[in-house]
Amino acid sequence: MASTTVKVSITVNGATTSGEVEARTLLVHYIREHLGLTGTNVGCDTSSCGACTVHLDGEAVKSCTILAAQADGGSVTTIEGLAKGGEMHPMQKAFMENHGLQCGYCTPGMVMAAIGLLQENPRPTEEEVRVGLEGNLCRCTGYHNIVKSVLAAAGTK
Amino acid sequence: MTMIEQRPTTVIGKALLRKEDPALLTGEAKYTNDLKIPGALHLAVLRSPHAHARIGRIDVAAASRLPGVVAVYTGADLQPLWAAPMPCAWPVTKDMKNPAHYPIAVGKVCYVGDGVAAVLATSDAAARDALDAIVVDYEPLRAVVDLEDALKDTTVIHDALGTNVSYTWPLVIEEQPGQVDEAMRTAKYVVKQRYVQQRLIPMAMEPRAVAAVPQPFGGDITLYSATQVPHILKVMTAITVGIPEHQVRVVAPAVGGGFGSKLNVYAEELLCTALARKHGCPVRWVEERTENAQATIHGRGQIQDVELAADERGKFVAMRVRLIGDMGAYLQLVTPGVPLLGAFLYAGVYDFPKAFDFSCTSVFTTMTPTDAYRGAGRPEATYAIERTVDVMAAKMGIDPAELRRRNYIRKEQFPYTAYTGLTYDSGDHEAAAAKALSLVDYDGVRARQKRQNVAGATKLLGVGMTSYFEMCGLAPSRVLASLNYGAGGWESATVRILPTNKVQVVTGTAPHGQGHETAWSQIAAEKLGVAVEDVDVLHSDTAIAPLGLDTYGSRSLPVGGVAIAGACDKVIDKARRIAAHQLECDAADLDFAGGTFSVKGSPDKQMPLAAIAFAAFTAHNLPDGLEPNLEAQYTYDPPNFSWPFGTHACVVEVDVETGKVDVLTYVAVDDCGVQINPLIVEGQVHGGVVQGLAQALYEEAVYDEDGNLRTSNLAEYLVPAACDVPPITTGHTVTPSPTNQLGVKGVGEAGTIGAAPTVINAIVDALSGYGIVDVPMPASPQTIWNAIRRAQGGAR
Repeated sequence: MASTTVKVSITVNGATTSGEVEARTLLVHYIREHLGLTGTNVGCDTSSCGACTVHLDGEAVKSCTILAAQADGGSVTTIEGLAKGGEMHPMQKAFMENHGLQCGYCTPGMVMAAIGLLQENPRPTEEEVRVGLEGNLCRCTGYHNIVKSVLAAAGTK
Repeated sequence: MTMIEQRPTTVIGKALLRKEDPALLTGEAKYTNDLKIPGALHLAVLRSPHAHARIGRIDVAAASRLPGVVAVYTGADLQPLWAAPMPCAWPVTKDMKNPAHYPIAVGKVCYVGDGVAAVLATSDAAARDALDAIVVDYEPLRAVVDLEDALKDTTVIHDALGTNVSYTWPLVIEEQPGQVDEAMRTAKYVVKQRYVQQRLIPMAMEPRAVAAVPQPFGGDITLYSATQVPHILKVMTAITVGIPEHQVRVVAPAVGGGFGSKLNVYAEELLCTALARKHGCPVRWVEERTENAQATIHGRGQIQDVELAADERGKFVAMRVRLIGDMGAYLQLVTPGVPLLGAFLYAGVYDFPKAFDFSCTSVFTTMTPTDAYRGAGRPEATYAIERTVDVMAAKMGIDPAELRRRNYIRKEQFPYTAYTGLTYDSGDHEAAAAKALSLVDYDGVRARQKRQNVAGATKLLGVGMTSYFEMCGLAPSRVLASLNYGAGGWESATVRILPTNKVQVVTGTAPHGQGHETAWSQIAAEKLGVAVEDVDVLHSDTAIAPLGLDTYGSRSLPVGGVAIAGACDKVIDKARRIAAHQLECDAADLDFAGGTFSVKGSPDKQMPLAAIAFAAFTAHNLPDGLEPNLEAQYTYDPPNFSWPFGTHACVVEVDVETGKVDVLTYVAVDDCGVQINPLIVEGQVHGGVVQGLAQALYEEAVYDEDGNLRTSNLAEYLVPAACDVPPITTGHTVTPSPTNQLGVKGVGEAGTIGAAPTVINAIVDALSGYGIVDVPMPASPQTIWNAIRRAQGGAR
């Protein structure tokens, strides 16, 4: 099977990265396999679960729905890029303080989606959090404490 | 029985934040597929598109020539690599039929997803690309997707067996022969109902992943797997691949949920191991979600015919259950035992006479094998009794809460020896029910219902409840022996005090989201009087924690946690001898509290554990004959199951025009005995409730008549999202278990056990005005709408 390669250059967590990848390479595979940043998880093959959510140019996106080539020249933040100076991001802390995670597999995507949600709606209601996280599935928590975490991070609870 | 310690606790019972979380929240945690393994070949498995077919010629030539492809194997090619077929550890009857099956099928495929060929390539993409180039001639055979059709043996799936029936397991308990028949003929009230426990797909968020790393010259092999049973997997891998057990090490790195689906020994684990040895290099595999839906076990899959008889006051007098269990295509690790785990719970939380007639017939079908899924047999049994109690209450024209009250085993009856011979350790069902009904405002909802559910109303209010027992803490080894289970039910722990008074706890449990590192640290800190931060919990690596029976069946705390407490006791006993020696007193004269030994009556004469730990390490001045170091291993075999219980209640509103169900309030009152960490307990309940609620409202593995799985990904299989489920109000009662020193019972499956019947009871309650007595699961809008239409049609 002939494969075409493309050159990409993507800023990831503030650092410039570049590489020659198969054209079909998804952004999530670029992040995980080419950069070795394995915090971003893959949980499905239909863009349903949201485990792979990262920020691309400031917006929460599912990195399995985007080709690495489409992110060329863009700026990506992954879960590894959230903590600053040894301090977790307030959303990460809120998840910890409210037991918003159990197995942790959906967590990086959930945290990235939640940060994206608050960027668009800084003071959401509980219902708005539930609807806003519709694209991210969790099998452990029943969402109760995830919602609580996001509301806590927003200062609305 | 041990009395639980009555002294006030300092660490046990605190809602401490989890130690596990920083690694999981920052991407630092490594799941199996995150491991960097240089030089690994990638495995991909070609899966059958047919539910049932003979395999003809397999042409691998084109696939073998593709770039990156190292080898392509058919089932026949791989046969010499297997020392034994895929394992089933639970031959429930002597004559149980168990067709031999192998990691890659030979001769025949029996479900969509059955492995037909294996490819090794230098990348995952190359391996998967090559699957498309393999040409297989299939001779399709008739699919068997209906359990009653399977029973008829019109199409026999496993030719050599001559039947689709794997086993029939009866459990008849009567004071007088024929008592149940008699009661069904003569009792004042008899109800009969059929329930279908639809197939469910566990859908842990982390798909399975495996990496086998061999030492070609040394002969050892390390198997990394997203498993909840590293210890069981080690033994079974040794047996099936034919490797001396001491040369196999199994590591479960961070594991992203299991719910029973990772309680198994899977083809890909054996393939990676065997092929890594054959090729002398690491072999890895990661599952795609569609493969996960097809080739990782499913749960539930039962038809239950239930008859319940009651006297004029509603006191239950007899029960009959006829169950058909869907094994799927083959028996996996504990497939046949799942219905048996429920068999003992059909009388639920009720004071029941010896008048029980149960029989389970389990059949093969051409669908994905079933096995333990969160609750494993117990949610099914609880659903059957708790729905039937509501059907009985409707027949009698009394409130279901009242009928339950008339039948509960009363608090003063505990410990209660049930009709099955099992002893329920402790409980207070009336207290749990009262609390749940109060939290859900039962009387208020009933009043609102009278106002709201009037003729012409389009939104009907319903309230439902479930009281449950969760037989868990699997399990007393002798009881397992009586059920023909192929292993014991003990758990092991080692507690080691390091020279600097830091503590290592080595456990045989294998957490995958349950927070064992935190909770086990709390147990050790409490017992030893050290800081929680000074305890490290080691697990899930058979080289570090060689003894264990892993995590399933809500067993980790009531068996594994109690083992840790027992190991701490042994360490304290040894430390006491050292302290007595150094303080020159009798060991019996020493008190131990807050991490310090002090002489009774002379509290200034004391020695902290830190000093003893160092003394044990230097060994300069130990009592004669005492071994250096402070370390003890303890194996705990529980004397009984543990019996968590509780009552769930919920309020729903059903839109009769669309069939949509809104869960307005959900209340879970759980009593899991003493809580080690209430934060974790609550999280377990939340997650369990949503999984049970999902069975009630959303989830079903749908097969078409040709045996194609129509719900093979997360776009089609409805795992609920946050907006699909309600907030959950939790409440607790605390009734310590008298059978273990911590007073704990376990909590992993409770939510799931209570939720499905609670939701369906509420829906049926809302629809009772139509004369509806039952609705099938999942109660989708279409299902509800159809049920209403049928009821209205019948009324006209």
